[in-house]
Amino acid sequence: MTGIEKSFPGVRALRGVDLELGQGEVLALLGENGAGKSTLIKILGGAQSPDAGTIEIAGRTASIHSPQAAQRHGIAVIYQEFNLVPALTARENIVLGQEPRGRFLSFRRERERAQALFERIGIAVDPESPCRDLTVAEQQIVEIAKALALDARIIVMDEPSAALSPREVEGLFTIIAELKSQGISIVYISHRLDEIFAIADRVTVLRDGEQVGTRAIGDLTRESMIEMMVGRKLEDEFPPRRTRPTQSAVGLKVSNLNRGQAVRNVSFEVGRGEVVALTGLVGAGRTETARLIFGADRRDSGDIELDGQKRRIRSPRDAIRHGICLLTEDRKAEGLVLGLSVQENFSLPNLTRFSRWGFLQQRRERAALDGFVQQLQIKIAGRQQLAGTLSGGNQQKVVLAKWLQQHAEVVIFDEPTRGIDVGAKYEIYLLINQLAEQGKAVLMISSELPEVLGMADRILVMHQGRITGEIADAAAATQQAIMELAVK
Amino acid sequence: MKKFLYDNGSVVVLVLLCLYYAIATVDTIYPVGPAAGRQLARQLVAAYGDSTEVMVVVGESASEREFAEAVRSELESSGAAVHVLLADKPATVRQGLVEFASGRQKMDAIATHHAGMQWGPLQADRLQALASEVPALRDVKVHEPRSYRWPTFFTQANLINVINQNSAIFIIAIGMTMVIICAGIDLSVGSLVALAAVVVAIVAEKVSAGQPVSTPAMLLCCAAGVLMCALWGMGSGIVSTYFRVPAFIVTLAIMSMARGLAFTLAGSPEGISIDSAFLTELGTGRTMGIPNPILVMIVLYSASHIFMTRTRFGRYIYAVGGNPEAARLSGVPVKGILVMVYAAGGALTGLAGVIETARFESGDPKLGEGFELQVIAAVVVGGTSLFGGEGRIVGTLVGALIIAVIDNGLNMAGVDSYAQMIVFGLLILAAALLEQLKKYAWKRMSAK
Repeated sequence: MTGIEKSFPGVRALRGVDLELGQGEVLALLGENGAGKSTLIKILGGAQSPDAGTIEIAGRTASIHSPQAAQRHGIAVIYQEFNLVPALTARENIVLGQEPRGRFLSFRRERERAQALFERIGIAVDPESPCRDLTVAEQQIVEIAKALALDARIIVMDEPSAALSPREVEGLFTIIAELKSQGISIVYISHRLDEIFAIADRVTVLRDGEQVGTRAIGDLTRESMIEMMVGRKLEDEFPPRRTRPTQSAVGLKVSNLNRGQAVRNVSFEVGRGEVVALTGLVGAGRTETARLIFGADRRDSGDIELDGQKRRIRSPRDAIRHGICLLTEDRKAEGLVLGLSVQENFSLPNLTRFSRWGFLQQRRERAALDGFVQQLQIKIAGRQQLAGTLSGGNQQKVVLAKWLQQHAEVVIFDEPTRGIDVGAKYEIYLLINQLAEQGKAVLMISSELPEVLGMADRILVMHQGRITGEIADAAAATQQAIMELAVK
Repeated sequence: MKKFLYDNGSVVVLVLLCLYYAIATVDTIYPVGPAAGRQLARQLVAAYGDSTEVMVVVGESASEREFAEAVRSELESSGAAVHVLLADKPATVRQGLVEFASGRQKMDAIATHHAGMQWGPLQADRLQALASEVPALRDVKVHEPRSYRWPTFFTQANLINVINQNSAIFIIAIGMTMVIICAGIDLSVGSLVALAAVVVAIVAEKVSAGQPVSTPAMLLCCAAGVLMCALWGMGSGIVSTYFRVPAFIVTLAIMSMARGLAFTLAGSPEGISIDSAFLTELGTGRTMGIPNPILVMIVLYSASHIFMTRTRFGRYIYAVGGNPEAARLSGVPVKGILVMVYAAGGALTGLAGVIETARFESGDPKLGEGFELQVIAAVVVGGTSLFGGEGRIVGTLVGALIIAVIDNGLNMAGVDSYAQMIVFGLLILAAALLEQLKKYAWKRMSAK
């Protein structure tokens, strides 16, 4: 790809980006949110047309103006939100759109085809399970098989590891290595720098729609990569905290929490001023535990104590009243009402405070929001901007603001930095520290081990619904130690 | 400009519709009323001078009396002699003329309105014939107020009529807006209007035992109708939220049940008539010149607009419609709100039923047929998203006006009610399609 340019009303998304991909190569595409990565791969995948620039494949100029054209040129893009039909089986999804014309479908032939593709990948998925019953990792394998079924020579993966557990990421890397050996080229997009060191051959970094540079992976360090992405030196990835937790004051105490197979006999404490990380593989029951504490799901048994007093929490309403708040993993589905404005989202849990006799006091609402916009440096066009039009980092800040206004004593973060660029991540870490410094009890769920190690005072590890281990001194912990507990 | 059209498309449509009707209904207007009377008087003074002898001949209705009174006071103030004759049939006109004219030597003119010009005794040849008996009538001319051309659509009477006839639709549309903002739907409104009407009538019948119903008793009957509809609404809310049956199915079932119940309770397809001064006043009376149903409507629209934009509960409704899970995790009592919204929709439907009952002074099980179609059309045309989370009461007001104007126009054009169903069906489809197109265009504009 040479000199790719693309503008949208008000934004120049790409300004002359070049991208070169060798055969059988893994190229990592790096950049903060809004740097233009998504636009670039959408152009490659034919979902959008460039304003200028050319694409050459195997030395010949290719005009790619539709996803079908991209397919013909052997390009497959696996987007973050998969393109699978949930009710159809893995097999049916793989052959979707390639069913034979003019004769009946042959299940046997289709199954053989699916099996052959799974063999090429090296991992098999039950071809007869409906896709909605598959795990995220399995769905990804189906997507890859589907790409191979179309004879893809170039596969673009947009944040493929975002929803995978560390072990599943390992599996993905094996697949990528296998594809590589078959001469297939891969563009790999990820925010996780560790992964890039593990699999990429070269790295191209985008910033503000421009190409900052392309380097071989051997020439880069973690710090230099971040520097290229952010355009300035970051002092430290994780800011230091000024206070230590006081040992005596227990903020949140959970005992014998149970819900079906998902959460089994979970008990732990979070002290005031303490940041406790809850980690483990995806599906280990971390999010489920958080939802039980918050009253979002009904628990089979278990007690929740706040500051030594047992509380009856049967709904998020109860939890909020008692000073617990939960910043959910999925901001778009659970954290925000995308069709409402920033102001309306901000006020949603706080309306009792902002109203008298049921009537809203919008002046107080606006004043409070303005305070947070300034404090958290939320970039919004106005209080009435729709939440759905904000970038990931700013959305997370709005969610943060709405809960900070609650002055909750227990704050639960579920994957607080997922899909957020490096700069905004740092600000969120600062805030987590600030909350701890104010003496709040902070529970942080995270799959990113560097984040867990960098932020937590204490680490809890979950596996198959149980807490399988606790690392009391997070400063001395290693990723290996955590992983051992996580797969026990 | 583009954005203005996006946001206020329905207003533009309404204006265009009104313009169209304005042009299509231009007709010669023959005014009757005080203003026309004064104009006619000035015309006569100009023609005959100050001391003329005029006879005013009109019918006996209130507006004709006012007209005659205006002619007289205007003429008398400039020194003319005026005699007013109120006649109910041609014979009286003739007799009155003869009586009046035979006693005097001279008479200049007869003033009447356009309808009066057609009366037999006032025709030129008949007057000539009379003149042989009564000499004073020899040179008498008959005058009427000046006519002019004006769209009949834009007469005060018609505009008020457009809204008054559809006041039930307007009122139900408020509740439907809330329900649709919650990403729900209520198909039972038309049938509930009928059920409310029948229930109100039956209770009134029981209470009154053949006598006219007293005002407090009638108020209680109306309250019973409203309450019953609120309970039905609450029922659909509970079944659709707590048991997760799609609202579409629940309210479809209630639509059938309520209509059947209305006919069963009424016992006959004819309405049960109610004799109540309060009801008559509510349905046909005016306050400060505004028909009472419209007054009720104005109050409800203002209140619900404030409710939706300025209260906590209103804000919650938008949140629940936009993303119920996010709302729940923000501590919003989602299920409670949904049930309350359906109940409020039911109550408003009940109130609309009471007003329909009042307008017809009878509890008729055939009332409200097809209302669900018109109401949903009004809400959707008003810009409320069928996917929930978006919509404004003001938008619904405009949407309902559009529906009312189209309805009025179709009636004026003599389109029958079956063809009207086709039009409203198409209208809903067009509005829903337009919403999708807007979304698509918006996505393309803001794609990144």
